[in-house]
Amino acid sequence: MGGTDAKDILGLPKTPLSLTQEKKSRPQKESHRKPDGISREVYALTGGVAPLMPSIDVTHLKRRPPPDEKVAWQWLPVKSSARNDDLQLFHWVRVVNDVPPSGDYSFAKYNKSVDVLKYTDDEYENHLTDPVWSKEETDQLFEYCERFDLRFTVIADRFPLSRTVEELKDRYYSVTRSLLRARAQSPSDLANHPLMKEPYDMTRDRERKRALSMVLSQSRHQEKKDAEILAEAKRITEMRLAARRAAEPDVPANENIGSVSPSSNSQLPATAVAPSTLTMADYASTLASLRMLHVYLRTYGLEQMVQAASSAVGLRTIKRVEQTLQDLGVNLKPKVPTKTVCDEHLELRKEILTLLNLQKQLQYKESEGSSHREGAYASMPDTPKDRVFASEPFSFGAERPIKKEQKRKGPGRQSDTPSPAHKRPRKLKASDL
Amino acid sequence: MEDSPVEILSASTPKPRIGIDGGDDNKNWRRRVNGVEVSVPIVCGSIAFFRGKKAKEYRTHNWTVYVRGATNEDLGVVIRKVIFHLHPSFKSPTRVVDSPPFTLSECGWGEFKIDITIFFHADACERKLELSHLLKLNPEIYSGPQSPNVPVVTESYNEIVFPDPFECFLSRVNNHPAVHVSKLPEGLNLPPPGAFLLLSLLNHLLLLVHDFHCNVAGDADDESYYKMKKGDTKDYPLSHWFLKFSDADELFKLTATRQKVQADIAKLKRQLVMVDAQPE
Repeated sequence: MGGTDAKDILGLPKTPLSLTQEKKSRPQKESHRKPDGISREVYALTGGVAPLMPSIDVTHLKRRPPPDEKVAWQWLPVKSSARNDDLQLFHWVRVVNDVPPSGDYSFAKYNKSVDVLKYTDDEYENHLTDPVWSKEETDQLFEYCERFDLRFTVIADRFPLSRTVEELKDRYYSVTRSLLRARAQSPSDLANHPLMKEPYDMTRDRERKRALSMVLSQSRHQEKKDAEILAEAKRITEMRLAARRAAEPDVPANENIGSVSPSSNSQLPATAVAPSTLTMADYASTLASLRMLHVYLRTYGLEQMVQAASSAVGLRTIKRVEQTLQDLGVNLKPKVPTKTVCDEHLELRKEILTLLNLQKQLQYKESEGSSHREGAYASMPDTPKDRVFASEPFSFGAERPIKKEQKRKGPGRQSDTPSPAHKRPRKLKASDL
Repeated sequence: MEDSPVEILSASTPKPRIGIDGGDDNKNWRRRVNGVEVSVPIVCGSIAFFRGKKAKEYRTHNWTVYVRGATNEDLGVVIRKVIFHLHPSFKSPTRVVDSPPFTLSECGWGEFKIDITIFFHADACERKLELSHLLKLNPEIYSGPQSPNVPVVTESYNEIVFPDPFECFLSRVNNHPAVHVSKLPEGLNLPPPGAFLLLSLLNHLLLLVHDFHCNVAGDADDESYYKMKKGDTKDYPLSHWFLKFSDADELFKLTATRQKVQADIAKLKRQLVMVDAQPE
């Protein structure tokens, strides 16, 4: 055929031949049969290989009842130990060879009940009197406890005199404890009883419930603030530890650390978020540790200071700073590391960090403003660190920060000028950026 | 609106003063001068020549590794000795160079990392300093067969920093061309470089005499003869291959970039203020 000749000339494989070749290889692969007991689809899921350890014994899967058994289903009456009335119930029962199954109703074991102690009048007189509670009330309480299985909220609802849940609990547990103590043969018997080991404390219970409700009712805003403050506190303690460790062996360095940490201490209560003072102490402790070396290479010193600057931020931010440096045409490690070059380099890195943080702040504030609060919940981060990660989806990434800056020049200027002219400033739209 | 929480202030340098070195007895010569920094600009590098016709399988390149002053001044004022740790395939791979210029020449075929340990004079620092240099024999970009006249030069600039130096060290090296001393505090009275200098000079002389004895007998090639004369590398045989390092370009680039970043920060701050002014 003309087609095959042309292919021959060009050196292409003739398709009919290649097809047969494929056909040959394919049946070879799919020649293993799937094992019995597993459906074809499931077998394919495992990649055509049988699982090493069958989880279910394959023979169980299509088992049929042995043919010598005679199985019938009968409608029979039920006797349950869980019921203490005369109600006669019926249900279907699987009867094998005319022998009905024996034993209690299978669900009767789930009928657990509480061991509510019963006291005699004498016991009440001797141990259980209370100024606030009358005997009738206490009796009623105990009756309810038995009836409602210590579900105090239900008991509180039905109690004739309005008592709070905590009061009811308190009365019940103190009565039971006194009874146990009174009845105990020896003190050691009691020691292991859970009520004796952990007595009910009404005030603590109230406090706990109040705290829980407070946490529940906290607004998102409050939650964020709390998390931020906790993160700050953690960082401060860590930095203080580092500063203390760095300052220990060297006396002159100690004085420098001493002068820095009180200042950072005093600044803390003033602002909830103060990473500037934290990094100050970071630098001071790095400088101190460098001084302690008595000799070091300038490049090593720069490395340490850069690490100190990056200690409060995550790895992603560090990478972004480096990417920005590269984009701006600055060597990540200076080629001629003189003192001035290293100082400038460090300052530049710090400024880039500030820039990136501001960018994120701006993104975050804009996302908060543009989307409704409910919608923004899903993407709202908890800690300053998380804020870094949450903003990744936006296009302000580190890839081209310069270009984005240049783009912003236009609308930035436009929005600046109309604001004094207009009464209401023009709302920044996402399309502006 | 509260101040942006991300502004990172630069660390201030401590005020210079004379401090007492903790742990030592208060001899004058062990007093440290705080707030002053002595820095020694150095260049650590290697020069490798292809042996051309003389090349054998395991001896293809003649190379020299060195630690020199960035302006080719004598580093012997600060450095006592330098140990070059060569690849274990070399005989006695720990090579000690105890007088300037701190160079080591060898013949080999392979590229490897050379660990360099620098020891200082006692009045400078008792600790040693470690750095490393990757020996390169072949050029980065292949541009034809190597010429035995054009070497492969790899140099890296660095500075040895002595923070809060000892008084005696400071007085000895102040005004030495190999050493850069940061601004001295007002009214600082440095002791004259008296007794200690004599000691170090004596040390130096002894070493030179030793070298002379060792080298005058054997083949007095350029290098060892040169060693007897002086410690700087200005007239070193290979000095015309040395690179010149200047921080001007880098500094210019850095300051320009900083200005740009500062401008961007100001712009962002303005935008933030505007966004905050919007009703939510």
